Amino acid sequence: MKEQLRQIEETAVAAISSCTDLRALDELRVKFLGKKGELTAILKQMGKLSAEERPAMGQLANQVRAALETAVSEKSAALQEAAKAAKIAAESIDVTMPGKRPAVGRLHPLQIVENEIKEIFLGMGFSVADGPEVEYDYYNFEALNLPPNHPARDTQDTFYITENILLRTQTSSVQVHVMENQKPPIRVIAPGRVYRSDAVDATHSPLFHQIEGLVVDKGITMADLKGTLELLMQRLYGDDCKIRLRPHHFPFTEPSAEVDVMCFNCHGEGCRVCKGEGYIELLGAGMVHPKVLEGCGIDSEVYSGFAFGLGLERIVMRRYNISDMRLLFENDMRFLEQFR
Amino acid sequence: MNLSMKWLADYVKLDITPKEFCAGMTMSGSKVEAFEEEAEKVQGIVVGRILSKAQHKNADALFVCSVDLGGEEPVQIVTNAKNVKEGDLVPVATPGTVVTEGSESMKIKVSKVRGVESYGMFCGLSTLGLTQHDFPYADAESVFVIEEECTPGQDIASAIGLNDVSVEFEITSNRPDCLSVIGLAREAAATFDVPLVVKEPEYHGTDENIEDTLDVEIQNRTLCTRYAAGLVRNVKIGPSPRWMRERLRASGVRPINNLVDITNYVMLEYGQPMHAFDLRYVAGGKICVRNAKAGETITTLDGVERALSEEMLIIADAEKPIAVAGVMGGEYSGIMEDTVDVVFESAYFEPTQVRLTAKKLGMRTDASARYEKGLDETSMLTTLKRAFSLVEELGAGEVVGTIIDRNYANPVQNRIPFDPEWINRFLGTEIPAADMEKYLGSLGIAVENGEAVSPTFRIDLERKADIAEEVARIYGYNNIPSTVITGVAKAQLTPEQKFNRTIEQTMAGMGCNGILTYSFISPKFFDKICLPADSELRSTTTIMNPLGEDTSVMQTTTLPSVLEVLATNYNKRNASAWLFEISKEYHPTTPDKLPEEPQRLTIGMYGGCDFFDLKGMLEALMEKLGISDLRFTRCGEDCPYDEASAFHPGRSAVVYSGSTSLGIFGELHPTVQENYGIGVKAYAAKLDIPEMFAAANDEITYRPLPKFPAMTRDLSLVCDESIPVADLESAIREAVGKFLEKVELFDVYRGEQIAKDKKSVSYKIVMRSADGTMTDEQADAAMKRVLKALTKLGADLRM
Repeated sequence: MKEQLRQIEETAVAAISSCTDLRALDELRVKFLGKKGELTAILKQMGKLSAEERPAMGQLANQVRAALETAVSEKSAALQEAAKAAKIAAESIDVTMPGKRPAVGRLHPLQIVENEIKEIFLGMGFSVADGPEVEYDYYNFEALNLPPNHPARDTQDTFYITENILLRTQTSSVQVHVMENQKPPIRVIAPGRVYRSDAVDATHSPLFHQIEGLVVDKGITMADLKGTLELLMQRLYGDDCKIRLRPHHFPFTEPSAEVDVMCFNCHGEGCRVCKGEGYIELLGAGMVHPKVLEGCGIDSEVYSGFAFGLGLERIVMRRYNISDMRLLFENDMRFLEQFR
Repeated sequence: MNLSMKWLADYVKLDITPKEFCAGMTMSGSKVEAFEEEAEKVQGIVVGRILSKAQHKNADALFVCSVDLGGEEPVQIVTNAKNVKEGDLVPVATPGTVVTEGSESMKIKVSKVRGVESYGMFCGLSTLGLTQHDFPYADAESVFVIEEECTPGQDIASAIGLNDVSVEFEITSNRPDCLSVIGLAREAAATFDVPLVVKEPEYHGTDENIEDTLDVEIQNRTLCTRYAAGLVRNVKIGPSPRWMRERLRASGVRPINNLVDITNYVMLEYGQPMHAFDLRYVAGGKICVRNAKAGETITTLDGVERALSEEMLIIADAEKPIAVAGVMGGEYSGIMEDTVDVVFESAYFEPTQVRLTAKKLGMRTDASARYEKGLDETSMLTTLKRAFSLVEELGAGEVVGTIIDRNYANPVQNRIPFDPEWINRFLGTEIPAADMEKYLGSLGIAVENGEAVSPTFRIDLERKADIAEEVARIYGYNNIPSTVITGVAKAQLTPEQKFNRTIEQTMAGMGCNGILTYSFISPKFFDKICLPADSELRSTTTIMNPLGEDTSVMQTTTLPSVLEVLATNYNKRNASAWLFEISKEYHPTTPDKLPEEPQRLTIGMYGGCDFFDLKGMLEALMEKLGISDLRFTRCGEDCPYDEASAFHPGRSAVVYSGSTSLGIFGELHPTVQENYGIGVKAYAAKLDIPEMFAAANDEITYRPLPKFPAMTRDLSLVCDESIPVADLESAIREAVGKFLEKVELFDVYRGEQIAKDKKSVSYKIVMRSADGTMTDEQADAAMKRVLKALTKLGADLRM
C-alpha cells in the first residue's frame, strides 16, 4: 500500500507538471484527488490495515494528498498567469496610430491677448467697463476737451451717423461714462471696438480694438502712471521689459506721453523689428486733463488721475509676428488654428 | 517741419552730433521722425578742374578730358558733355562712389569707354539731388559747371554748400510755435541747457510814408485782430543768394525768386505766414479785411475760380477780393516778372474761421495750417521788419520807412499759479523749485509773484497741469520715478462679463473657433440672407461717410457677417469650419438717439456636423450656463426672428427657455447657401445673450445622491412620421409622474419592417422612488399609464 501511494504520487506529480492547460489540469485533479479518484480508492482500503499500520499509513496518505493539492494549485496559478500573459501579448496595439481627438476650438488671437490683459489688470485691482460703440459726439470728443472745430479732430477720420452721433474713434469715450456714473476712487479698463475711416491695408483697418485705462483718486501721480504701465509691460513681455515715455499731445491728458516699450525681439539692443531704435511705440497715456475731470463733475483740485489707451492689434501682431492686419479679420481656419 | 541745422545755429550753439540732437529733442517733446545729412548723398564726389578737352579717337560724341582732382597727377575722364570746356570746375564722381539718379543706383568704376580709360564721371545737378532752383545758372540737362568759389579736390558738399543736416519733426497741433526755426531753437536751448539768442531785426527804409499810398481797414475785427502792411518799391527780382536757397532747400521749400523766398524764409524762421501783393493790383490803394459778399468769387493763385460765402474772411481792395484771408492769394496778387512795388502783409486771423474756410474751399495750405492752430498775435511788426531787413540785405528793393499797423489785438497771456509743491505732488517727483523756474524761463515762461506767465506764442498754456507738463518734459519724463498705486479696489468681472467668458470657454471647448468680423455690413447682405422686404432689420444705423457700400450700415443682425466667414473658408477649401463670435447688433431707436447694442452669440459651421450636432452643442451650452426648461420649435409663421428666411424651413428651430425665445438655429436655406457659394450643408445659430443671461440661474444647491435603486424599462413604439418626438416624450413624462428620473430616446428606425410613413421610436425610461426601492408592480403601473397616454397620441407598442 505504501508502494501504491508512492506510485500514485510519482505518477500524479509527473502528470501535473507536464500539464499545459487548465482543463487538462482539472481532469488530472479529478483523476487523482476526486471522490472517485485514485487516491480516494486507495484510502478506502485503509480499513484492511492493522491498527498498528493504520496511523502511519494515514499520515502518509495525507502527505501525498497535500502534496498533490499543492502541485495542482501551483500549476493552476502558473497556467493562469501564462494565459493572462498570452492574452496581454495578443492585445498589443500600435500606439503610434493616430488618437481619436475631440474637436478643440480656439479663441481668436485678439481675444486671447485681450483676456490676458484683462487678467493682468484684474490682478491690479481694475474693473472692466463697457460703453456704446455708436456714440454721441459729446462723449467721443467734446467731453474729452476736443470742442467742435478743434484741429485734432481732423487727425481722427471719423465715421458719422448724424451730425451729432458717430462711431467712436477711441475707447476714451468710456472714460467719460465711467466718471459720470462712478465717484472716485476709479480704476477701470475698457476694451472695445473703435472705428476710423482708414482704408483697409496691411496695417490699417476701419475697425480695430483699443484698451482704455483710467485711474482717478486722491494723490494719483504721473509716477503712478509710469509704474502701472511698467508692470503691464513686464507681465506681457517679461520682467526685463522697460518702457520709455516721450512728451506728446492729447487734448484729454496733460501732461501727455507716448509710451515706447523695449523691443521684445532685441531687448533694447536695436534690430530690424524696431528699426534700430531698441524701442517700439505702443501706446498713448497721460494725466487726465483737469477740464475732463471737471466736465464729469470731479473736483480737479481734490482728485487727479491718469489714463492710457493701447491698440490691441498692434500688440497681437507683434506678439505673433503677423505682418498683415487683414488676416485678423479674414478668419481663415488655417490662421485661427495656429493660436491657443 | 523740416529744420536746417545750419539755420538753427544762428540761434543756438550746440556741440553735439545730429543723432544726439534728435534723441534729445524727441525726449523733450519735439519728436524727430528722421534726419538727413545732405553730404552723405554726395560722398565721393569732388571738385575737378578741366585742364584739357580733346575729341575721343573712336567716338564723335565723346570727349577725353584731363582733370585736376587736387592730386599730384591729373586724371583722364571720358565725357559726352558738350557744355564743359578747359578751365571749368565740375563735380566728379570718383571710383567707388555710388551715385543715385531717381530710383537707380550705380557704382562708379575705373573703366574703358570705347577703348579709352576713364577715371570717374562728371555729374549734373540731378545726380547731386539738386534742380535749377538751387543753382539757377546751371544747365539742368548737362554737367554742372560750378561757379562757386572752390578748389580742385575739395569735396562737393562743402564746395557748393550741400553740407547741411535736415531734421524732420512731427509737431503736435498744440505747438504751432514749433513750426519755426526760432521755436525749435527755443526748445533746443531748453533741452540742452544753452542760451537762445534772438535779435530784434532792423532795417533802414526810405523817407516815404506808406499812408500816402496805401490804406488798410479791418472791418471784421473779431476774425482779424491785427493787420500790418509794409511797402517795397522798385523791386529787383532775381534769384536769392546761395545761403538762403540752401536753407530753404533743407527746409523742404523750393527756392523761387528773392521776394517770394523772403516771405517763405520769414515764415519758416518765425512761423508767421506772410503774403505779398503787387501794388498795381490793389485797386484804389486800399486793403480791406472783411467778410465776402454773397456772390463774390475769386480766382486763386492756383488758377481756380472759387465761390466765396459770406462767413468767409477775405482781403479785398477797393473793388474785389484779392485774397482769402490766411488761406491763399488771388491770381494777380502774387509777384510777377514785371512787378515794381510790393505790399507785404503780416496779420493775425482767427484760427477756427481759417480752418473752416480752408476746409470749405478744399485748399489746406501751408499758411492756413499755421493760422488754424493759433499764432502769436504780437509777431506782426517783428516779422515785417525781418522781411525788410532781408530785402535790404539782398538788395531786392527800396523799403518804405513806415509800416501800417491796424491793431485791435488783446494777446492772451495767462497768469497761472506756480506751485512747485503741487507740481511735485502731481508728478511724483522732488524737483527743486529753482530748477523748475529755470526750465520755465528757458521756454520763455516767466515766473512772477508765484505765477507763471504764458508767452504770447504759447496759447496752449492755461492751467497748472500745463505748467507741470513743461517742467516734466524738460526735467525728463524718464527721470520721473515709477511707483505702484496703492489701496484696495474691488475688482472682479461683472456677472455679465463672467457669463460671456463662460460662453467663450464652452464654445471653444466644444470645438468652435473664435472669430472677429466687422460691425458694419453692406445693405445687400439683407438680400443675401433673403430677409423679407418689410423686415424691421432693414432699417439700420447708417454711416454718412462710409468707405464703401460694403461697410456702410451697422449690422442689425449678426448672421450675414458670420456666413461671409463660412463662405471665405469654403472658398479657401478648408474641409470644415466651426466658428463662433460674440458681437453686437445695432438697432436704431429714434433718429437723435443712440441705437441699442445688444450682444449676440453667432455660430456658423460646416463639415463633419449636422443639425443635431449644432442642437446638441446649444443644449450643452445652455446646461453649462444654467439655462433650463428648454423648448425647441420648428420655425413657423409666428417665428420671432426675421432671420428665419435664412434657414431651411424644415430644418431650423427656435430655442426657448420657458416662454422666452433665446435664439434661432438650423441648416441654411438652400438659396442662402447658393447666395454665399457654400457647396456643402452649412449650419448657423444666432442667440440673444441678454435673454440668455436673464434666463440663467447661477445658483447651485447640492441634491443628495439617491439611496434606492432605479428601475429601468425599455419601450419601442410605432407612430406616424409626423408626430414630433418631443410630444411623445412629454406624454411619457406626464404619465410616469413623480417617479420619473430620465427619459432617453435611444433609437429611431424607419424601413422595411415598418409601414410607410411610420417610424419606430425607442425609449429607455428610468424610474426611481425617493422613499424606497420601487417594486415591479409600481413600475408596471407606470408603464401602463404611459402606454395609455401614447395610444391617445397615436403611438402603439411595437410588437
